[in-house]
Amino acid sequence: MLLLERRPVDSTLMRWTSPVLALVLTVITGFVLFMAMGKDPVEGLTFFFITPVSDLIGLAELGLKMAPLLLCAAGLTVCYRAKLWNIGAEGHFLMGALGASVVAVQLVDVSGFWVLPVVLVAGIVAGMLWAAIAAGLKTHLNCNEILTTIMLNYIALNLLLYAVHGPLKDPYGFGFPQSVMFGDAALLPDLIPGTRLHLGLAFGLLAAVSVWVLFARSFIGFQLNVVGQDQRAAAFAGFSARRLTWFAFLVGGATAGLAGASEVTGPIGQLVPQVSPGYGYTAIIVVFLGRMHALGIIAASALLALTFIGGEMLQIAMNMPKAITGLFQGLLLFYLLTCDAFIHYRIRLKQPAIKPTPKAVTAATQES
Amino acid sequence: MSAALRLKLENIVKEYPGCRANDGIDLTVESGEIHALLGENGAGKSTLMKVIYGVVQPDEGRMLWNGHPVKVDSPARARAMGIGMVFQHFSLFETLTVAENIALGLPTAEARDRRELDQRIREVSERYGMALDPRRYVSTLSVGERQRVEIIRCLIQETTLLILDEPTSVLTPQEVTDLFATLRKLAKEGCSILFISHKLEEVRSLCHNATVLRQGRVSGDCRPKDVSAADIARLMVGDDTPISTRVPAAEPGDVLLEVRDLSWKSSDPFGTSLKDVSVTLNQGEIVGIAGVAGNGQDELLKALSGEIRMDRGDMDLGGLGIGALSPDQRRKLGVAIVPEERLGRGAVPGMSLAENALLTASGQGLVDRGMIRFGRVRDFSRAVIRRFDVRCNGEDSTARSLSGGNLQKYIIGREALQNPRLLVASHPTWGVDVGSAVAIHEALVKLRDEGASILLISEDLDELYQLCSRIGALCDGRLSPLAPTSELTIEQLGQWMAGEFDSAEATHAAA
Repeated sequence: MLLLERRPVDSTLMRWTSPVLALVLTVITGFVLFMAMGKDPVEGLTFFFITPVSDLIGLAELGLKMAPLLLCAAGLTVCYRAKLWNIGAEGHFLMGALGASVVAVQLVDVSGFWVLPVVLVAGIVAGMLWAAIAAGLKTHLNCNEILTTIMLNYIALNLLLYAVHGPLKDPYGFGFPQSVMFGDAALLPDLIPGTRLHLGLAFGLLAAVSVWVLFARSFIGFQLNVVGQDQRAAAFAGFSARRLTWFAFLVGGATAGLAGASEVTGPIGQLVPQVSPGYGYTAIIVVFLGRMHALGIIAASALLALTFIGGEMLQIAMNMPKAITGLFQGLLLFYLLTCDAFIHYRIRLKQPAIKPTPKAVTAATQES
Repeated sequence: MSAALRLKLENIVKEYPGCRANDGIDLTVESGEIHALLGENGAGKSTLMKVIYGVVQPDEGRMLWNGHPVKVDSPARARAMGIGMVFQHFSLFETLTVAENIALGLPTAEARDRRELDQRIREVSERYGMALDPRRYVSTLSVGERQRVEIIRCLIQETTLLILDEPTSVLTPQEVTDLFATLRKLAKEGCSILFISHKLEEVRSLCHNATVLRQGRVSGDCRPKDVSAADIARLMVGDDTPISTRVPAAEPGDVLLEVRDLSWKSSDPFGTSLKDVSVTLNQGEIVGIAGVAGNGQDELLKALSGEIRMDRGDMDLGGLGIGALSPDQRRKLGVAIVPEERLGRGAVPGMSLAENALLTASGQGLVDRGMIRFGRVRDFSRAVIRRFDVRCNGEDSTARSLSGGNLQKYIIGREALQNPRLLVASHPTWGVDVGSAVAIHEALVKLRDEGASILLISEDLDELYQLCSRIGALCDGRLSPLAPTSELTIEQLGQWMAGEFDSAEATHAAA
């Protein structure tokens, strides 16, 4: 019989091999899936994981997708370290995109170096305001943040849809639900000429470094860690859970809001309904896969960005459904959570115990 | 040894991941014998009890019951054989009556007829001098009465070996006397009793024989009445540990802390509310608060630390009202707290000792403009480790990896090195090895001599009498008068612990 028993000490080795193991298992499962669908698995996996990043354009596209993931994940890391399960990065992101667009649409014909910063700040503020709702509901009414943030995501999406179908709709857009194209002054500069890679990736990397400094050096990062690991110790030390909750949510809202703003001012250049393919949700996987560590989330965001591009590649090259991206992301998270169990537990072989008598079973239940 | 052997254990071994809790233990208990099992926390007493009661299975060894080899694979089996156990933490449903709680542990046939069951409960309780009404709800019972429920629950099933795990730790001195009378009567009728404790005087007054455990092995057997408490303590702790502290008299100075009519209402129906607690502390004195656990000690500590805000009353520290201040603001004014729970409140289990220093000592120049100064954190942590002889692998060891005593020395040291004006310590030596307890007592006395005021909340009366200049008791959230230790008899203190004092008198005496 196999017995899952608690390790006396958590395994550090397993903490870092678990993501790799999860990736390997995902690839193996992908292999089996391709075979079951009658596709060539080697070709499929090559299109998914390798072809997208085999040239500069491809790498630039990878960076393009990494930017929003990294920004969202950096903010979520701050929340998750404190065990605040903010699922709302998608909503913050959408509100950030909407907020930035509202300002950018007013400034279409304006030029000046200040336009872009104002547009980006509008996105950041919108994201923070959206996060503030969930933070306030948690600190003042003790509402579970998982539920409130998920529901706020849907409200944000519908607000965005209302905007592109209504007030922000381009009057000369042939009825398409989208805003006007932003003015040049409101667009993010490209990082590599000739590609679509823009300044957003720099924001993402900066956010990751900031998270690293926050948790490695700052006292507030330490306080967040204490709240996350041991609420009673935090109360004893006098660290205000309320203040820290606000801090974490506002940071989460700001980074995801900036991600949304960078997306509309970057590759898209206008507000469209499908501004996010689910970056805010995917960022959750990034945080866990990256072990809530700055370097980890950079690597994990690259991998998850690949699932978006690889998925598109498979749609084009092998006529596979769009769901392939979500499938691989889901597999990855599933295997990661499974492998993570072995950080705290290990498997031991054991001879089957003598079957207890029915009487003993009932009594033992009462005992506990 | 011609008397019938009730229980014989041979070479019991039980290993847990990372620790050999029982390492070849032999033990014999005769019928009608009260046998003490002594040892410090972590010596393996609880594991051995669980083996006997069938909660865990030994890896090696053999158990003989009335001369026959047996395998006890579950507590139900143990009860069927006639082994009863009263755990330190009771397993009673507060929302059920005494009789209902007892019925839960009985076979269905016996539990069905409630009237007969009530009758049996009354018979047993009268016979052994444990007054108890079977129809009362457990939530209305005192801790001592709850213990009676547990004992009666065992006796009603014709128990011939009763195991009691530290039964006196929750009782007032009078309740202890009553319990001992009951146990002696039980033994006289042939019931064997296994009495787990680390209170030596109690063992000497009650038990016929004693087995002492140290680090999972039997370190000696003795007849407690024939040897001194110091001899038994030696067997418990080994040869190289000091076992007591000499405490010179205190020279109290001016008033530092003045608490008047502190009241706080608990929102938990089974929690304890504080009622008009008044206490005055002078500089350079240790004041003790006795009381049975759960009578408001934790609430008082939290009210003083700022973790809960009192509803009513005044709290002055050196003439400054601190009642509305947060824990970290109070800490800046020189208030240090040592909570009862070391892991998970006094220290974060998964963090290193250095990080745990930051938990309360951030005001000691360890943080500069929001950034942690790791060099200073390490220096501070190392100073605590050195000055208080904390046994660990340096300041990077996790708090979880330390023994209870060493972690407690670290926590006390962390507070002491911040030169507090007021230290509130709750059960500072509970579950701590004797050597560490001595070191902790010495640290408290040293702080006192440097002029700090110390409020010592403890269930250990020996500790209170040894260290404190004045002692009072908490009962149901009310504080008794505080009397000078030299004038306070243990009987008087016991009555206070049981709530026999006048609140008005308490207020008067404190004012």
